[in-house]
Amino acid sequence: MARITMREAISQALWEEMERDPNIFIMGEEVGVWGGTYAVTKGFYDHFGGKRVRDTPIAEAAIVGAAVGAAMKGLKPVAEIMTINFAFVAFEQIVNEMPKFHYMFGGQFNVPVVVRTVSGGGRQLGATHSQTPDAIFAHFPGLVVVAPGTPADAKGMLKSALRTKNPVLFIEHATLYQTRGEVPEGDYVVPLGKSTVQRPGSDVTIVTYSKMLEISLKAADQLAKEGIEAEIVDLRSLRPLDMGPVIESFKKTNRAVIVEEGWPSYGVGAEVSARIYEQAFDYVDAPIKRVAQAEVPLPYNRTLEQMAIPKVDDVIKAVKEVL
Amino acid sequence: MEKSEYLDLYRQMVVIRRMEERSAELYQAGKIGGFLHLYIGQEAVSTGLVSARRADDNVITAYRDHGVAYNVGISAGAIMAELLGKATGISKGKGGSMHLADAEKFFWGGHAIVGAHIPVAAGLALADVYMENDAITICMMGDGATNIGFFHEGVNMAKVWNLPVLWVVENNQYGMGTAVDRASAVSEMTQKAAGYGMKAERADGMDLFNVREVAGRMIEEIRGGGGPQLLEILTYRFRGHSMGDPERYRKQEEVHKWQEEDPIGIFRKKGIEQGLASEEELNEQDDLAEKEVEEAVHFAETSPEPAPEELYTEVYAEPLE
Repeated sequence: MARITMREAISQALWEEMERDPNIFIMGEEVGVWGGTYAVTKGFYDHFGGKRVRDTPIAEAAIVGAAVGAAMKGLKPVAEIMTINFAFVAFEQIVNEMPKFHYMFGGQFNVPVVVRTVSGGGRQLGATHSQTPDAIFAHFPGLVVVAPGTPADAKGMLKSALRTKNPVLFIEHATLYQTRGEVPEGDYVVPLGKSTVQRPGSDVTIVTYSKMLEISLKAADQLAKEGIEAEIVDLRSLRPLDMGPVIESFKKTNRAVIVEEGWPSYGVGAEVSARIYEQAFDYVDAPIKRVAQAEVPLPYNRTLEQMAIPKVDDVIKAVKEVL
Repeated sequence: MEKSEYLDLYRQMVVIRRMEERSAELYQAGKIGGFLHLYIGQEAVSTGLVSARRADDNVITAYRDHGVAYNVGISAGAIMAELLGKATGISKGKGGSMHLADAEKFFWGGHAIVGAHIPVAAGLALADVYMENDAITICMMGDGATNIGFFHEGVNMAKVWNLPVLWVVENNQYGMGTAVDRASAVSEMTQKAAGYGMKAERADGMDLFNVREVAGRMIEEIRGGGGPQLLEILTYRFRGHSMGDPERYRKQEEVHKWQEEDPIGIFRKKGIEQGLASEEELNEQDDLAEKEVEEAVHFAETSPEPAPEELYTEVYAEPLE
């Protein structure tokens, strides 16, 4: 097994699937000649050509809308939206077209579009470019919304996304591209809609995903030095939300902290905690805590921005509060 | 035009007219819910356009879609049943009036968000280019849709990529209740094509022969690789925007003036003049159309409601893990 970066893992999945399925093509801003703004598709244009790696105008609604049309006719488009902040300009296409056409037309059309995009703050890009609005998109039935936190999951889940008939919003994280991890070579597939335990423990359950998995793992290492063993459940998919491993873990630990990068109001933590209360109320030994972003538009100033985003210490503090 | 085709197109227009009149009654009787946008007055547009396409040319439109749905070959029964929300509707009763479609007939909907289907149309055309089909895409929209951002994004992209699309703007003079000159910077839709370096034409939409001739010529140029073009079709809806429109924005005299230009009447008169059919033969088509619509209404009314379990089917195209 090779130890590669998240960027390499995503790139590998795309490359291998494009070699396998001639109906897969990529379209988006700077995906071709430039090689991708995050360099994920570097080398693709030269290898696959302009037909399959298509540079688009800066026009997100048209990028996703055209991907929807091409998918209805049987192709498998990968529409790259440079950052999830730009997905709002294609909100109509992502929430009103991708998840609805199959149902609304009585099953006549499939819309197997994969929208790849990038979420997360922490890079001093200011309020409009730093958001983590993943939960908003997970609100819509008919859409599959995933956000892997490890290179192996990124590769395996992107492969699944490229093979499903369902529309998928595949959310990467801006500050995880250099993260390294063991990734199986070749045809490695991870199912969509399955959460998993990333670290076993018995004292508290930390539920998290994407970048916050990294933060939570660091917090767990520090807590372990104090004799506190946290079990970490990585959601990986926000819709469908697989509560199985969360509930199983909670029944063992009876305490939970949910860590997400986005704002807490109406967020992932709100949803997960409600489901724990609904499904495992008798096992609750302490109020469930949420660690999330400060409820402000993210500021540019580095210190202020870092104050707003959840950090290792915030997770440790929350864990101690529920113990 | 062959006599048989002339009679068929005439009958199609009459079926649409009768279907819309019956829909209005069923709506008022509370049997059709939601919104209902009638196509009365505009029948020659969709009938002429669709008659000019090849069977595998894509058609996509906005929410005033009953007419074109019938023209592409969906039965009046499946349309009526959809309007009544029945299990036998073309979209199984899940889509309603604004969401008719038939994948087998290369009819990709029925779209209810103004202009949002324009980029989708570009995608349909892109798929044909990708798969090396020489089919083209006919994307119909109202005049109001040319003012929304999706129009710019979709039309620009299609031109940049030289996609085989015929953009058809059905200019019926009003976007809901707002007249074209109160909403659009230019009053002629063809002027908008200039900004994208596209060839454009204007056609009289009350005359089916004219629509068919102009559309047919443009479709062949597009199929030949000439890139997208825009066709503005001047037409008029005789009824309100939707049921329940108080029509405060236009005078009855204006409506009456246009009604004298009835597309069915014009097509009938021209056909007789050209010796394509006799009065008797056309009356016979009227009767056939009447019968077809009555049978469709009966089919829809006696069809079953969707089963309760249909609520949860087809949310996803394949089961989630």
